[in-house]
Amino acid sequence: MDLFIAIFTGTVIAATPLIFAALGELVVEKSGVLNLGIEGMMLMGAALAFWAVTAGYPMPVAILAGALAGAAASLLFGVLALTFLTNQYAAGLALAIFGSGVSAFLGRGFGSEPIEALHGINVPVLSDLPLIGPLLFRFDPMVYLALVMFAAISWFLYRTKAGLILRTIGESPQTSHAIGYPVIRIRYMAVLFGGAMAGLAGAYLSVAYTPLWVENMTAGKGWIALALVVFATWRPLRILLGAWLFGGMTILQLQGQALGLEVPSELLSALPYLATIIVLVLISRNRQMLALHFPASLAKPFRPAG
Amino acid sequence: MHPRLELRNICKRYPGVVANDDVSLSIQPGEIHAVLGENGAGKSTLMKIIYGAAQADSGEIFCDGNPIAAHNPATSRALGIEMVYQHFALFESVSVVENIALSASSAFHLPSLADKIRELSLRYGMPIDPHRQVHDLSVGERQRVEIVRCLLQAPKLLILDEPTSVLTPQAVVKLFETLRQLAAEGCSIVYISHKLDEVQELCDTATVLRNGKVTGTARPKETTSLELARMMVGSKLPEMHVSPPTPSEKPVLEVNNLSVKARDHFGVNLKDVSFNVHGGEIVGLAGVSGNGQAELIALLSGERTHHNNDAIRICGTAAARLRADERRKLGLAFVPEERLGRGAVPSHTLWENAVLTAHRFGTVRKGLVDRRRASAFAAGIIDRFKVKANGAGSTAQSLSGGNLQKFIVGREIALEPKLLLVSQPTWGVDVGASAFIRQTIVDLSRAGAAVLVVSEELDELFEICDRLLVICQGRVSPPLVRKTTDREEVGLLMTGRTMSTDQMASGSGDVALQN
Repeated sequence: MDLFIAIFTGTVIAATPLIFAALGELVVEKSGVLNLGIEGMMLMGAALAFWAVTAGYPMPVAILAGALAGAAASLLFGVLALTFLTNQYAAGLALAIFGSGVSAFLGRGFGSEPIEALHGINVPVLSDLPLIGPLLFRFDPMVYLALVMFAAISWFLYRTKAGLILRTIGESPQTSHAIGYPVIRIRYMAVLFGGAMAGLAGAYLSVAYTPLWVENMTAGKGWIALALVVFATWRPLRILLGAWLFGGMTILQLQGQALGLEVPSELLSALPYLATIIVLVLISRNRQMLALHFPASLAKPFRPAG
Repeated sequence: MHPRLELRNICKRYPGVVANDDVSLSIQPGEIHAVLGENGAGKSTLMKIIYGAAQADSGEIFCDGNPIAAHNPATSRALGIEMVYQHFALFESVSVVENIALSASSAFHLPSLADKIRELSLRYGMPIDPHRQVHDLSVGERQRVEIVRCLLQAPKLLILDEPTSVLTPQAVVKLFETLRQLAAEGCSIVYISHKLDEVQELCDTATVLRNGKVTGTARPKETTSLELARMMVGSKLPEMHVSPPTPSEKPVLEVNNLSVKARDHFGVNLKDVSFNVHGGEIVGLAGVSGNGQAELIALLSGERTHHNNDAIRICGTAAARLRADERRKLGLAFVPEERLGRGAVPSHTLWENAVLTAHRFGTVRKGLVDRRRASAFAAGIIDRFKVKANGAGSTAQSLSGGNLQKFIVGREIALEPKLLLVSQPTWGVDVGASAFIRQTIVDLSRAGAAVLVVSEELDELFEICDRLLVICQGRVSPPLVRKTTDREEVGLLMTGRTMSTDQMASGSGDVALQN
């Protein structure tokens, strides 16, 4: 039973940064913009949040600093891709490399000491329940925040007019512009939001998950988040399920090693990517699914006419 | 009483073109007013100016006697001016009601809006289900969505840009009923078209444009087609010479029991298609788009192959399994529907585009492109087919639609094909160039080639074809001889009915559109 609890909670915690980053990227991509720089934005968020904690700021402020750092990094991408209409793939890759470099530079003075991690919540009665307590009511607040963000983003995208506008800009910015919506401004907001979410994901890694500073500590989680959005065929619920699946694989792989499983860990860590490739092949064969959920103008620069 | 809309001395120039030159017109409440003209006559620019999507360089616009200042689409809509575009501004990935909500000024409440859409669309006799996704709708249904979107704003003036170009004859009848009902309720309608018969049937008054200038105003119902046409194209009306066909003994193209499943949800299954095309004759394939034409063309051109090699025979050779280039070796030439992207590479020069299909005609030797020959070949086409282009070195995308089409048709004809497959030969091409292209096709067939023309324009098919086939929901009708059939019979076949089984009730003229 303890092993089950350990695997379950481990999965949920490992999935949390993926949920933040992938949901943020979902909003960006739904607006028709592809930001490949999640890894860089996450590292910026992780570095800033870690620094804020060591500088003595309270935890919520540190996490907010992480989000702001991610948003600031995404602004760089936004200016390149939306104002100067550079190739979005190139701008995103540049951001990923830039963020990794800058965060390593900032992190030189951080030392290698761990900090005190973000505490789990303690709800009277509920947290003390046998089984239910450790399974559901002892996580840190960021785990719950990720779920709230999932609900909020699903509601926003599919139940509000602003979400509808965002989705239709992702399908045809020309038509949206013709109706009179400010395409570039809305895309900027989506990019900034995506950056803030990536920053939160990074902050979670450095102040709750690990909690210490290591250069390039995201270790490819930004790229997994990117793959998750595709894997989920641009649907929020599938992102949530996919994040848990990927998180579960990470934990199983760790547990497998602990149990002395013979499968090489490198092979296990390659599994999520393999799954992504297979899903990509499958969904690109289903045109109807793509027509419904794929942002048709993804990664295409838009310049308003006239 | 003030006119609903009055334009005074509107001028608009773009670099190199005067789109509108001193245009004045006035429209009364409840009047259906046609703006007639060829492609490029300045109709669309004028409509954009009325709607506020473009600004006139000079001139004034009055609505109900008041001058419109600071004009843009938002102020137009506030004044009750609505526009249905030729190319619909709908988002495919969301539902009808969501599309309409995006441009509605009312509060964002989908259920109540859906009710309004249902009620309004029924009242004007064009039912739509507000919860369907737009990508599931046919072109005719999408047009209804656009019209209902405008009607929701209770417009005082409705602008329609070439609204019938994608409809069956029966759906056109239906649309006209709706428009007459609207006009009777006091809404003014501006109807842009180049189709004389429609204007004569529907419109009270007409303003005719040519080269941006008003060349006449008329009451279409009291004016002959010839007079209107003269105003539209000037004195020199192109005349077609169609001599009687002399079909070859053996067919050049044979299609035998061709059945194929659609590749995806959006496609159409072809069911047991059989027909022949002989040398020396032109066979037309009529039908509303999306009834299997795209599938059939892909199979005939070789973009798609078929496992039963005998299902398609070209010049007696089983060809259904052959690739496109192998079919071209048998004497096939092909003019696809999309000029840019399929018929020509937009960013490449005309001579490079010529090489694409003419590589067997001396333009490529030992795997190397002979630039001089390729240029000469392209220059020959430009010269012979009167393409207005800045030489063989200009890019395909720099040509106007009509000129590029002349070049592509010319390129294929220069290959001296035994079988020419043409899809939508004159789509978006002006009257002069259309007549030229049609005459070229007729001349080719009279010289002995077999020609299959796929078109949605019945007028065009009736003008040049010797026999007609009708495609509806993947089935192809038995051939009709042009001289013994009429538009009504073809129109009925386009909707999947025949005269004998159903004496066409005017209530539901778009069966084929709904499926």
